[in-house]
Amino acid sequence: MADEGLPVVARFEVRQRSYLAPDGTVLRPLPDFASDIPKLLALYRGMVLTRAFDLKAVSLQRTGRLGTYAVSLGQEAVAVGIASAMRQEDVLLPSYRDNGTLLWRGTKMEEILLFWGGDERGNLSSGPAHDFPYCIPVGSQAPQAAGVAYAFKLRKEPRVAVCLFGDGATSKGDVWEAMNFAGVHKLPVVFVANNNQWAISVPLQLQTASQTLAQKAIAAGFTGEQVDGNDVIAVRAAAEEAIAQARAGGGPRLIEALTYRLSDHTTADDAARYRPPEEVQTRWKEEPIARLRAYLVSQKAWGKAQEEELAAECQKEIEAAIERYLASSPRAPETMFDHLYAELPRTYASQRAQLSGGSDA
Amino acid sequence: MPELTLIEAINLALARAMQEDANVVVLGEDVGINGGVFRATVGLQQRFGAERVIDTPLAELLISGLCVGMAAQGLKPVGEIQFMGFIYPCIDQLVNHASRLRNRTQGRLSCPMVLRTPHGGGIRAPEHHSESTEAMLAHIPGLRVVMPSSPERAYGLLLASIRDPDPVVFLEPTRIYRAAKGQVEDNGEALPLDIAFVLRQGHDVTLISWGAVVKETLAAAAELAGQGIEAEVIDLATLKPYDEETVLASVTKTGRCVIVHEAARTGGFGAEIAALIAERGLTSLLAPVARVTGYDTIMPLPRLEQRYIPSVPRIVAATRKACEFA
Repeated sequence: MADEGLPVVARFEVRQRSYLAPDGTVLRPLPDFASDIPKLLALYRGMVLTRAFDLKAVSLQRTGRLGTYAVSLGQEAVAVGIASAMRQEDVLLPSYRDNGTLLWRGTKMEEILLFWGGDERGNLSSGPAHDFPYCIPVGSQAPQAAGVAYAFKLRKEPRVAVCLFGDGATSKGDVWEAMNFAGVHKLPVVFVANNNQWAISVPLQLQTASQTLAQKAIAAGFTGEQVDGNDVIAVRAAAEEAIAQARAGGGPRLIEALTYRLSDHTTADDAARYRPPEEVQTRWKEEPIARLRAYLVSQKAWGKAQEEELAAECQKEIEAAIERYLASSPRAPETMFDHLYAELPRTYASQRAQLSGGSDA
Repeated sequence: MPELTLIEAINLALARAMQEDANVVVLGEDVGINGGVFRATVGLQQRFGAERVIDTPLAELLISGLCVGMAAQGLKPVGEIQFMGFIYPCIDQLVNHASRLRNRTQGRLSCPMVLRTPHGGGIRAPEHHSESTEAMLAHIPGLRVVMPSSPERAYGLLLASIRDPDPVVFLEPTRIYRAAKGQVEDNGEALPLDIAFVLRQGHDVTLISWGAVVKETLAAAAELAGQGIEAEVIDLATLKPYDEETVLASVTKTGRCVIVHEAARTGGFGAEIAALIAERGLTSLLAPVARVTGYDTIMPLPRLEQRYIPSVPRIVAATRKACEFA
């Protein structure tokens, strides 16, 4: 150890926010918005819809009607808690697992299916036109989020960039470089690390020796906070506070949401190869939907009848979206040259013509 | 009209672009009060403020990622990478994001950014400061790659790059930053990004080049003229997408072609031009297409760099050989 006679020049702390225990009992006084039961019901509906949609997407993939798909099973509280705290004019920079966040912000289910079904038009989202599409190279959207936030600050617009990534992304320089710059310029950006404990097969303890991911913000000069990512009230409260602070010019924040990836990494993965099923079973006891349901039931705000009605409603909505997705036809081959540049350089006209004339076949 | 160096022309174009469009921002390492290590951004922060001329942390990936985010939000960022040897952390942003944002969102978002960087050797700089890896950038669909070889073209092409609605990598010939001088009028006129420049007319042989080595190519053409060989010299200027018609028209006329570039030979952009000529100009050829390039080795440290960079004698010899081929 260092000489104890030397002065301490800095001390830091990381706090953890949670309101509901896994069984739905209340741990501490709830934030104000939680007294608004319709609001909680909307969050509940968002999580249920996300899960039902995700599971349906997996079955589509299994039957050859969808490409590889990243399920967010068990992480629905992060999706809904974050998205519901954002405004339309804010900008979302999602990772490939943030299906529920996109749904909440207005992307249609058939658009998500279209993208993972192999068609760029899926990114013509009905959500806010300024939102970014799914980011697939892990963490690489983080410096972009800082760029978006810089534009807001330069133009003095009260808007916030919200960037979601996983625990694996925090090992990349991209995330650090972005947070570092956001700290220097006190940018209106909120970073959300969805710590689901696994980066495909690599567990958190092989990812980092850092006690928390939240503390990585401290080195960048701003607050990092942990929330129970299975507690949608906690996620929503943390997101509201961070977004409000960023919007008011108070600078960035990092939210580490503690979750668990109950599914395989994607439909192309088999998690049984690298993690014990007992671990997954244990973690199922903490999942976010049952937790909020238990609380709502305890408040007499929810019951079996409503549950069945909601499930049926979600199924209907999803089935209709799947029908629209499956009815869409592939785009014409030459359109792969569309939107390559604002205006297609004349050099590529002959290649485009090759595709449209079928002379390549 | 004032006579400016190439670096001064770049500075002039940056100032012009920032003056005419409040969305233009400049960012990079040491671009602020220091004016950039080559002084490309000198005076800009004083004139336009630290919010628009941003001294970034020492993080190249960040610079390129910031540009993507800013551009998607409607700013027109001009990022500076201090030397081309340091551009590689930006490749992820260029390949996976900048070049494809428009296409993958089907036009919903776009990426009007410019990434500037010095290109090539010959200034006795330390290791990693003298690279010329333009071919790997020119391989990326959705990107534009531009390289001026004179102050006039630096001014006009940089203005065009900044105004262009798509991402541009703007490679600046370090070796002639101050050696090249020319009349530059600050008239705000951009040059087209998809046109090669015919710098010298000739009917015996076509010499195609870009960047700093255009200087040696022109010198070789002058020497060859004394030997009775009239070379047409083309500055490709924009490598992606490049002006195939001007190349083919010239080769059709001369029947002989020598491509000169500083970058290593294998997989260099000269190979692309040679392939184009083989595909669409073969019947006009009177001699094999020749290449005068850097060697397939690591760019050597300064003691040997002049032996690496194509020299006037090498260009003259290769051209004479092409012309003597019967």
